[in-house]
Amino acid sequence: MSTTTQAPRGSAPTRVQSLQRPRLPRWAPLLVALGAVAGAALLGLLLGWGLLSTGFVALLLFVVLMPVWSLVVENRRAAVDRLMTSLVWSAFLIALVPLLSLIWTVVSKGAPQINATFLTFSQFRTDLSQPVGIYHALIGTLLITLGATVIAVPIGIFTAIYIVEYGQKGRLARSITFLVDVMTGIPSIVAGLFAFALWILLFGPSARAGLGGSIALAILMIPIVVRSTEEMLRLVPDDLREASYALGVPKWRTIAKVVLPTALGGIVTGVTLAIARVVGETAPLLLIAGLTTRTNFNLFDGRMTTLPVLIFTQNANPGIPPPSGGEPPGIGIAWGGAFVLIVIVMLLNLVARVVGKYFAPKTGH
Amino acid sequence: MTTTPAAPPAARPKRRQGDRIFAGLSRGAGLFILVALAGVFVFLAIEGIPGLTQPSSFYAPQASTFIGYVTPLLFGTILAAVIAVIIAAPLSFGIALVISHYAPRSIAVPAAYVVDLLAAVPSVVFGLWGINVLARKVAPGYEWLYEHLGFIPFFAGPPSTTGRTILTAGIVLAIMILPIITAISREIFAQTPRLHQEAALALGATRWEMVRLTVFPYAKSGMVSAVMLGLGRALGETMAVAMVLSAGGGITFNLISSSNPASIASNIANNYKEGTPGKVAVLIATGLVLFLVTFLVNFAARWLVGRSERRMAR
Repeated sequence: MSTTTQAPRGSAPTRVQSLQRPRLPRWAPLLVALGAVAGAALLGLLLGWGLLSTGFVALLLFVVLMPVWSLVVENRRAAVDRLMTSLVWSAFLIALVPLLSLIWTVVSKGAPQINATFLTFSQFRTDLSQPVGIYHALIGTLLITLGATVIAVPIGIFTAIYIVEYGQKGRLARSITFLVDVMTGIPSIVAGLFAFALWILLFGPSARAGLGGSIALAILMIPIVVRSTEEMLRLVPDDLREASYALGVPKWRTIAKVVLPTALGGIVTGVTLAIARVVGETAPLLLIAGLTTRTNFNLFDGRMTTLPVLIFTQNANPGIPPPSGGEPPGIGIAWGGAFVLIVIVMLLNLVARVVGKYFAPKTGH
Repeated sequence: MTTTPAAPPAARPKRRQGDRIFAGLSRGAGLFILVALAGVFVFLAIEGIPGLTQPSSFYAPQASTFIGYVTPLLFGTILAAVIAVIIAAPLSFGIALVISHYAPRSIAVPAAYVVDLLAAVPSVVFGLWGINVLARKVAPGYEWLYEHLGFIPFFAGPPSTTGRTILTAGIVLAIMILPIITAISREIFAQTPRLHQEAALALGATRWEMVRLTVFPYAKSGMVSAVMLGLGRALGETMAVAMVLSAGGGITFNLISSSNPASIASNIANNYKEGTPGKVAVLIATGLVLFLVTFLVNFAARWLVGRSERRMAR
């Protein structure tokens, strides 16, 4: 040991130094971040900037300073690495800003609108002193979405069953898969125009009905349901099917009693997410379901207000602002409606997640 | 010979009946999708084709023929969507990288959840936020752009005081397509072979070099198709543009004044109420054009995805 280390001992320290390039300490990014925030805050206070532009300048300072320091102490490659790391993270932070702003605005402007009157009165009134609410839109959204679900879910699930269980990569199954892809890309307004054209052709130019809205939404929903169901059915292990066949169970009973129950959780999740996706659709309902101030329970006849359409129209025609100043009444209703709509969508997403978690397909491990 | 085949069918008919019904039902559902899609096309064509040749008053005030009517709208649609993609694509790739490679698990999981949340927000709420919050915030910014960068044709001005310009609409669209591009590219980034990445790191690559040398080449076609799918979504999006954009008429690249044309979808949403059959036919015809454009974009995206999948399978 002593003999082997003897020779290089004299030159060892310098060689170690040359091998070990200088690195920035672990706390360097934190220090630069603090410096950037402090510098931006100072500039912001001096020049009177808002919170957002101050934050943006801080981010910019960090993105510039960090690589420069790294370039001075470390090398070019490390500097590029630090630059890209900061850029990637700032993309993430920048994307958070609109999300937070959106949620904050909807909650702060919408939540105060919510009360029993708002939720249980329609906009139909015979006197200006009577209160108004969004009850009619809630009922409309509920019924039209229900109608769309009733149309889309059986068709979607059976189509997925055909593709996975019966089609066996035949020509029909492949062309259906392709068409489902095409359907995924249909813009919502085009689905609305289809229902609109159908109604014009069948019932005359001024006919409107909630059912048309259901059909348009079903067109948007079917591909989502097919996709998620298809994925879930493919996850069901073939062992289960073969075990069932081996017991002499016919194919349709195998599908109904073995395959579908195994995939049920995933299918319910997919359907719930599909509902959450279409419940906020505006454009098709604007065209075909229209707008009314009364509560309409009949899906088959007459105009039917839905929440998204109500939000759109209240924002477009907010009415006369109160003489005491402030925003016109329609804007408040629009924010209140937006809050209710977001709560509905988030609840649906939550349900989907919980269902997906508790009824996850049992894959056997 | 004649009696033996007769025996088994006697026991089976019930099973066959159930099977036949079930198979028929699922085949019928599949065929229904075929019919429905054909129906969408046929009904739009029946109602829309008369819109190609209406008297010139229906195309007023900006044009006198259908081509003249739809061209600015198509331009507006594509311009807004392209702005959205230019803003959203780099941001999405950044977020996807954070979630798949940069952030520790404790941040990546909630971050992915937050991005999915963003995807769930209805478009009309984005529109409401865009016009009441974003447009007001960016209006001073447009003023600044006009004063300092007015020599660039994009910012030729005069700046809109309400902020309801095509650039604002593009920003709102960008926020809306961000989750789509992020979700797809995140999945593809995460699929990069572990060994490639570790080999790169073992050779002394920094993290960025590892991403550049192993992740991006692997994910390239997937990233392109993610962007295309985002573009398809942005082209067809109605409400955000209808609510945010205050449309003018002409074809111009001036992004910060209110002289840009509306998009096809928002034009339909804002004008369908005029209700004369001729006007409705014109609008439906524009819808048909939109359908074709989005179909082509989505088709290209799917083709790219399919090609990359085939290449990976090899």
